[in-house]
Parts: sequence; C-alpha cells; structure tokens
Amino acid sequence: MTTRAPEPTTAAANPPVQPMEVNLLPSDVVRASAMPNLPAPDRQLTKVAKLIDVSKCIGCKACQSACIEWNDTQPELGVNVGVYENPHDLTPDMFTLMRFTEYENPQTGDFEWLIRKDGCMHCEDPGCLKACPAPGAIVQYSNGIVDFIHENCIGCGYCVTGCPFDIPRVSKVDHKSYKCTLCSDRVAVGQGPACAKACPTQCISFGPKDEMLAHAEDRIADLKARGYENAGIYDPQGVGGTHVIYVLHHADQPSLYAGLPDDPQISPLVQGWKGPAKTVGLAALGLAAAGAVLHGLLSRPNRVQPEDEMQAQALVNGGAEDRA
Amino acid sequence: MTNSWTDIKNTDLAIVMGGNAAEAHPCGFKWVTEAKAKRGAKLIVVDPRFTRTASVADYYAPIRPGSDIAFLMGVINWCIANGKVQWEYVKNYTNASFLVKEGFGWSDGLFNGYDAEKRVYDTADWDYQLGEDGFALTDPTLSDPRCVWALLKDHVAIYTPDFVENTCGTPKDRFLKICEMIGECAAPDRVMTSMYALGWTQHSKGAQNIRGMAMLQLILGNIGLRGGGVNALRGHSNIQGLTDLGLMSNLIPGYLNIPVDKEVDFETYMSTRGNAPLRPNQTSYWQNYRKFIVSFLKAMWGDAATAENDWAYHYLPKLDVPSYDILRTFEMMAKGEVNLYFCQGFNPLLSFPNRAKLTEALSKLKLLVVMDPLQTETAHFWENHGVFNDVDPAAIQTEVLELPTTCFAEDEGALVNSGRWLQWHWAGATPPGQARRDCWIMANIFLRLRDLYRVEGGKFPDPILNLTWDYADPYEPSPEELAKEMNGRALAPLYDATDPTKLVLDAGKQLKNFSQLKDDGSTMCGCWIFSGCWTEEGNMMARRDNTDPDDTGAYLNWAFAWPLNRRILYNRASADIHGKAWDPTRKLIEWDGAKWAGYDVPDIGVTSKPEDVMPFIMTNEGVGKLFARKGLKDGPFPTHMEPFESPIDNPLNAAIRGNPVARVFPDDLAQMATSAEFPLVGTSYRLTEHFHYWTKHNKVNAALQPEFFVEISEELAAEKGIAKGGQVRIWSKRGQIWAKAVVTKRIKPMICAGKTVHVVGMPIHWGFMGAAQKGFGPNSLTPFVGDANIETPEFKAFLCNIEPVEKGPLA
Repeated sequence: MTTRAPEPTTAAANPPVQPMEVNLLPSDVVRASAMPNLPAPDRQLTKVAKLIDVSKCIGCKACQSACIEWNDTQPELGVNVGVYENPHDLTPDMFTLMRFTEYENPQTGDFEWLIRKDGCMHCEDPGCLKACPAPGAIVQYSNGIVDFIHENCIGCGYCVTGCPFDIPRVSKVDHKSYKCTLCSDRVAVGQGPACAKACPTQCISFGPKDEMLAHAEDRIADLKARGYENAGIYDPQGVGGTHVIYVLHHADQPSLYAGLPDDPQISPLVQGWKGPAKTVGLAALGLAAAGAVLHGLLSRPNRVQPEDEMQAQALVNGGAEDRA
Repeated sequence: MTNSWTDIKNTDLAIVMGGNAAEAHPCGFKWVTEAKAKRGAKLIVVDPRFTRTASVADYYAPIRPGSDIAFLMGVINWCIANGKVQWEYVKNYTNASFLVKEGFGWSDGLFNGYDAEKRVYDTADWDYQLGEDGFALTDPTLSDPRCVWALLKDHVAIYTPDFVENTCGTPKDRFLKICEMIGECAAPDRVMTSMYALGWTQHSKGAQNIRGMAMLQLILGNIGLRGGGVNALRGHSNIQGLTDLGLMSNLIPGYLNIPVDKEVDFETYMSTRGNAPLRPNQTSYWQNYRKFIVSFLKAMWGDAATAENDWAYHYLPKLDVPSYDILRTFEMMAKGEVNLYFCQGFNPLLSFPNRAKLTEALSKLKLLVVMDPLQTETAHFWENHGVFNDVDPAAIQTEVLELPTTCFAEDEGALVNSGRWLQWHWAGATPPGQARRDCWIMANIFLRLRDLYRVEGGKFPDPILNLTWDYADPYEPSPEELAKEMNGRALAPLYDATDPTKLVLDAGKQLKNFSQLKDDGSTMCGCWIFSGCWTEEGNMMARRDNTDPDDTGAYLNWAFAWPLNRRILYNRASADIHGKAWDPTRKLIEWDGAKWAGYDVPDIGVTSKPEDVMPFIMTNEGVGKLFARKGLKDGPFPTHMEPFESPIDNPLNAAIRGNPVARVFPDDLAQMATSAEFPLVGTSYRLTEHFHYWTKHNKVNAALQPEFFVEISEELAAEKGIAKGGQVRIWSKRGQIWAKAVVTKRIKPMICAGKTVHVVGMPIHWGFMGAAQKGFGPNSLTPFVGDANIETPEFKAFLCNIEPVEKGPLA
C-alpha cells in the first residue's frame, strides 16, 4: 500500500525511497487554459516558491546542467559568440539560462557582474495561460505551479506573446511549447526542483512561499548591511506575484539584470480577450463537460474552436505591435 | 588546507587571491557563502580578472599576473607599520624572536650567497645563531637587530603602497582598503581565511607566494583558529591523496623522501633527518622519522626487510638529480633519452607547457602507454586533426597503447579532499566495455614482470621478487586491502612503553594510529599519515555521522582526516600561551589544568604543558616560521621576482630575470621572449562549466561552454580592432593558437612601471578530442619552466600577442 508523497518543504527535501503516489493531482488544478468554470478543488496545497538570491549566485550553470539532466533535454552543441551565455537564449531544450550583465555602477564607481538565472516565473496570474487557446494545454495548480501539458499543446505560440517575461519557446521539431515546469514531476513526489538541489551556493532555495519571503527578508537585511540600499524582493504584483522570486541587490532597477521587466503586466490585449472570450470562445465546452474534461485533463487531445483561433491570432498581431 | 572546507563557514574575512574558488571550486565555495550569510563575513578577491568569485565579493582589486609577492609583502609592511599585529601570538608562536646568523642578508633583489652561474644560493648563513646548548638564541623583546622580526621589518620596508601600485598595477586606494580590511583580523577575535589554488602555485616562485600569505596569517594570529588558516584548494578530487601518497619522483608516502645517490646507506640517510628540537621542550615530531620509514620499508618488503639489512633500504631507488619531475622527464624525452612512458590518469599534451616540445618528445618514445577512462589528446598526439593537432602521423613511430580504466564513479575507495578528509565511496556504476580498475592493470603488469625476473633474472631482482604481495587475489588487490596496508598493523605483539607487561596490540591487528609505530620492525605501515583510517574498529573513512556539537564545523565522526582525524592543523594555537581560547566563541581546544581537550583532536601532546610546548609541533622550533631558514631554495623571506616573461623589468634589480634559482633548460631559455617582442601578458585559468580536459567529453558540459575563447579588455579590443565573438590568433615565442574573443569590462588595462599592461585571459578546457568544439589551450604558448622548489610550471604569467583574423579555423 503506497501513500501520497509529502509536499516538499525545501530544495533538498529527500522523501522516503519507497514508491509513493504522486501528490499533484488533476483535482489540484485551479486554472486551465481555455477551460472556465473548473470545479473548485477539494483542497488547497501550500503555495510554493523558488527563491533565487542573485547576490549569492556565482553563475556556475549547475542549475542549467541539472535542468538538462532531469528533463533529459539535449541542447545542441553551439559556438562561442563572445559571451558567457550558452546556449545563447532559452530554447525548447534549455528551460533555464544564466544571463550575465556587466554593469559599471555610477553611484559607487565599482564594476559589478550581475548574473541572473532566467526562466519561467510561475506567475500567480499567468499570461501564458490566459492567452492559450488550447483547452488544458496550460494549467495552474493550487500550489502555484504553472505547467504545460504537452499533449494538449497546439504549438500556436500565443503563450509566448502572453508571457510578460518572454519565456516559453516553441519547438520546431514537435511544435509544442516548452518552459520550466518548476519540476512539477519532482514536487509531486516530495522533492524540490532539480536546479535548487544542484545549486552549490544555495542561491536557489525552494519551499512554502511565505517561508521563502521571510528568508528573502533576511537576505535583504544582509545586503543592506553591505551597502546595497536598494536590495529587495522581486515578486511583481502586476502579475499577481510570482512563484519564482528574486532577491536583487538593485531591486529599484530590475531591468539591470539582463532586462528583467521593471513592472511586468499581462498584455492588455490578453486581459481584454479573456473577459468576453470566457463565455464566447469556450461556450462549446459547457459546464456539464467540465467534470469529464478535468478527469482527462492531463491527456486530452487537442481541440481549438475557430473563434479561439481568430481571436488569438488578433491577439498575436496586436501583441506583436505592442511589444515592438 | 590547514583547516577544512566546512570550517570556512567560521571566518570573518575570506581572501581569495591566487585562486578563483567560486569558479573552480563551486561546491566548496558554498562555505564562503555560508560565512557571509550567517556571520556577516566579508569576501575580498584580488585577481587580474573580475572573476565569478569577484561577482559575489565585497571588495575587489586587480593585480598584474605574477606580482603577488609584492602585494603580500606590501600588506605585511602596512600591518607592521600600523600596529596590526597579534603581538602575543607573534611573540610566543612564531620565530620572530629568533636570532639569525650575521651572514644572512638581502640587497638588490638577491639574498646573500648567490651563484649566478649555478643559479643557486649558498644557504649556509640562512639559519639561527645557536647557543652552546645547541638551541637557537632568541630575544623575546624583539629589540636585537638580528632577530627575525627586525630583519622582516627591514625586508618588507621597500614594499610601500606606491611600490605595490607601481609593480602590481593595483590602484593604491584599493590596496589600502584591503590592508585595512585584513588588518582588522589582527584582533584575537577576528579571523581571516586564505583560499588559494593554482593562481599562486603556477609561477616560477609559487612556493614563495604561499609563504607570503602564511607569514601574514602568522602575524595576524590566524593559523590554528576556526575560520583561519592557509587553505590550498586542490584542483582534482584526489590530488591531495596523490601528494599524500608521494606520487612524486622524490617522495615516499607520507612526505618521506626518496634517498639521493650520496645517501649510500640507511644511517647516512637518517643522519640529516634527526630533527633535534631547536628550542627546549619542543615536540619536533619529525624526530619519529625512523619509525615512519622503517614501518614503510616493512610494508614494502615484509620479512625481507630486517634490522641486519637496514630494513632493505638498499632496495629503494636513489636519485641522481633532485627530482625527475615532469618538466625534466619531457626534457629528457625530447632528447631521446626515454623509451617508454607510462601515462596514468594524466593528459600532459594539454596540461604541461610548450605543447610543441611535448609533441616532439612523445614522438621520440618507442612506447607510450596511456591508462585513462577517456580518449585523451596525449594518447592521440600522433593523429592529425588539422590545425588543432598538425602532425604527420607517418613520421611518428611511437607505438601507443590505450588501456581503458574505470573512472571514480565505477570504483570503490577513498578520495582525499583539500581538507585532508579521506572519504570512502562506493561504486555507483558498472565499468563500460573493457575498462579495468587501475589496480588490476598495475597488478597484472607487476605479476608478469615478476615472472620475467624470476625466470630470466636481472641486474637486481630482489626488490621486485621480495615485494610484499599478499593480496587475496594477487591479480586484483582490493581497495580494502590497500587501505588496511596504508593504515598499518602490528607484526609482533606491541607492549606499553611504560609497562612492558601490558599488551597494547596483538600481532596482526590493525594499528590504532601512527603513535603506535615502531622503528624495530614490529610494525608495518604503508603511509604513516593515513594511519588511523582503517583500524580494528573498521573503516573510519566510511563513517557518515554528521553531528557537529556546538556547530563548530569539525564533524569529527564524518570520514577520517589525517593526521589522527584532526580537522584543524596547529589547533593548539587557537588558545593563548596559558591554554585559553583567544576567542571563547571560537574555542577549539583548551588546557583544563591537566590536559588538552575540546572540539577537535588536539594538535599537541594531550598532557603537554601550555607554557612549555609550543603549537607548531612539526617544526624543530615548535613555532611558526616567519623566517624559513633553508627550507626554500629561493630565500628565507619572499622577495619580489618577475615572471620569466614579464612586461617590466624587476624593479629591485633589472638584471634578474624570473626566479634567479629556478631551473631552466638551455633550449627553453632561448625561447623566452621579451616584452619588446611580445607586449601582452597571458594568463590561464579554469571555468566552472568544465573540469580540466574531462568534461568536454560530456555533451551537457560541452553545450554549456562549447568553444575555446580568450578574454580581453575593451581597450585592447579597440586597439587591435577585435570584435566581440570574432576570431583571433594568439601567439608566443613557442606557438600559436586561435580563439573566439570575449571582449569584457571584467579585464582592465593596468599601469605598471609607467607602462600600460594588457592581460589576455585563456581558459584551459579545449583540445581535439571529445564532444565540445575543437580548440586549443594556453599550453601551446607557455614557457617550459617551473617553480624553483617544486617545478610547478609557470602557466599564470607569460608573454604573447594577439590579432584579429578574418576567417579563423574555429566553428
């Protein structure tokens, strides 16, 4: 008789070695793309967060390495183009990336090498999910994790537009969209994310979000004591807060860190679309179907309504202009 | 390391100089992060480049490659001038008060007794004045002009902040700020740790760089304390074990010496190894040398080693030169004086200097045997890989045998980490293909050789025929058997020294530790410092209890640390002369009126009275040596020397080139460049994404850092017209390579002796084998010269030039 895995509380959580049932269930989904009116979940998981303390990061890429190993992606062998970023950007095979910024601080006259681990922020209000027209292709669990369900993905790329952080990447091989899963498969069995476990300086930590915020406050106090007056947490409220949060030495200027958005917002087009679209675009599904859909949520075939297609296309066009 | 990785969390100030811990030792570096986060510790980085370590440092200063001694002597000078000295420590625990012979002196960059022709110093006067009782004379008031402290003060006086700025290129304000931060650690309750690696060793005066820091740490009273020490970050997972086991041409396990030719018999050999104490009551632990060497000889030759034949001393090889280090070996190989080269776990074609010379040397061998888990460049030196290995295979007659070995994860045994911990590990995977354990290969070769000697005889078969080989499976000695042999066992019943009726250990039993070793042949021990690792209680290296009372970082029940499971060397010095901890919050051991006890295994006789017996038990003096006597060939104090290839003249004496007593072979001297020919300073280093030349065989690592590059400043790039990501050619007097250019603000030009000095940084990880893009390494360019004392090659400072190329050979 197996038992449910415990919810992980730290990055290095080591659950018992005997097999346990996964503890991240279809019924823990609180939001799914193009599927309004999900039944209320019967339980609320602890909200989790991955805290990336940029001030402790040495840019070693152990997180990238662990991510590749755990997800068994195979990024291709590239070349050097004069920078330390390799691969040169996020790809369908590289869900996280160290980004390096050389910064001459005008206030102190000191040089700083700002290194930030880039990847999905797991927004509380996920733009990708809102923009996605494929039912059940993007889901959010009650612990905050935003996950792509590839069986349901149609490769349209609207999630890319919907993301204020420019994170998802659509594969040219299987035409599915990929990004960090916050190791939902590990979390489901009581383990923290692979990147956090591999991080040698514990710059990446993982656990209940309130604990991570408290830990971040300690780190900020330390940084302020070292002269970083503007040290702070990056947990942007424009997207309802995130489940990947940063400690930044210069929280007043997030964009210093390789263009981290200063005040990320979901594109107004996505917001606008989602209002009427809820009823118009997804009416076909109907309330009655919701239970059945949920039941098979994680392995649904792809279904898109023509209206979704049209409206989403308009969104992409508009979105592209918006971003330009 | 004097201390351990886990102890670094106890520091107040970590100085990373001569290393790049975050980059090359990311897992160990976590303890710096821990000290910063939990203690509010500060981190200083001094490096030619703004490194990954610097990215998380509190303070950074640039330094010209090869000028570290000037910087360190400058800090010592500043500390002395500004009273930042832990006086009680210096007076009691160092040789500051010892009087030095009148003949010792220094002028114009040279110590007394220099012979320019032979490139050696006459060291006769580099010693103490001795009294009639044979003990060194001292002046506890430190007022005698011949006392070490007075001589040191004089010696460092020239290293003013201006001298440092001018020589090292370190801006004066940055240098002074660092002095102030370091100076705070002279307080008994403030402790600094030094973390260094090949950035200090890979110089023609590498040992003196480290001496400089050791002296500074003694002056600050930071040796022997939690969070202090001088900590060498070893570059391979088991390189500490290699050194401990004496895998050098001139060493025997446990830092004993291979005899030299003139030591014709055992007593002659022992006559210079008496190690009589130089001060009353002092331990001078090397007085036990005879026990160590006799027990070693018994481990080697068992019953064939007897008192009558001087324990088979005549079986040991005798050196006709100071050492057959790798530079000498390749020099001989290049001259056709070596027929067979056995290359085990080593890729010299990429890891030794002047690759052209290495290729030439390997081409003159009759047979090259490479034992390695990977297909190394050395094993494939004869293959043409275009510009990446431009050789003519038809012209190379060397026969090459590749013997695939297991790698660490496929094998059981102990690895010794930088903190001297012997940590047992178990095989995690089955070896692929025909890979065999190194021990299996060596045993099979040995047994076949022994048969040949048995059947055919030979000039001197005895050492081979009589070698102890009592393993259960002679063709594959097990890690357990070898570990037990290193620990040692009693060969006869051992009785208590004070009560001969009391049996301490029965014959055949594993020794408790090296304190039980005898010089009468009744014990055997393969490596005395490891004794205690596998006792009658079992495999101490396999212990995995991570409890740590009072959070000291000692972890005494985790694995085994040599010597005697001691975690911090010289820990007696963590307490004052009366045996009370300098800093109660950092207590390690204290004197309770009858004995020493505390959190660590005391590094002193447990009943040695604190006022009588001084902490540095391995020295003849009992104290730390600010003045090294004859210990190093290039001087009792570090003196600034330029690299052999330098952009400026030695400011102390323009006629001195490099280290005046470093060994240089004539052909190599002829290949040394001047700054007129080659204006840029090259330096080499590691990247986090790779481990030496191994991980380029791994697709993940290869993807994370795929291709060879060099790093240059924006200023140099502008001057030469080099674009970010463009291809460049770099050449020295010995070779040329091509690379991608990383143009960065992290390297800045420096001003030294009025000249603008540009640095070209070169990572080491690429070759022509493996999964990464084909590339080059800096060793194609670097000079064939090593440290004067230990022959570590001068990889960290050399001259080169750079130019952009339209269409280079890289991907």
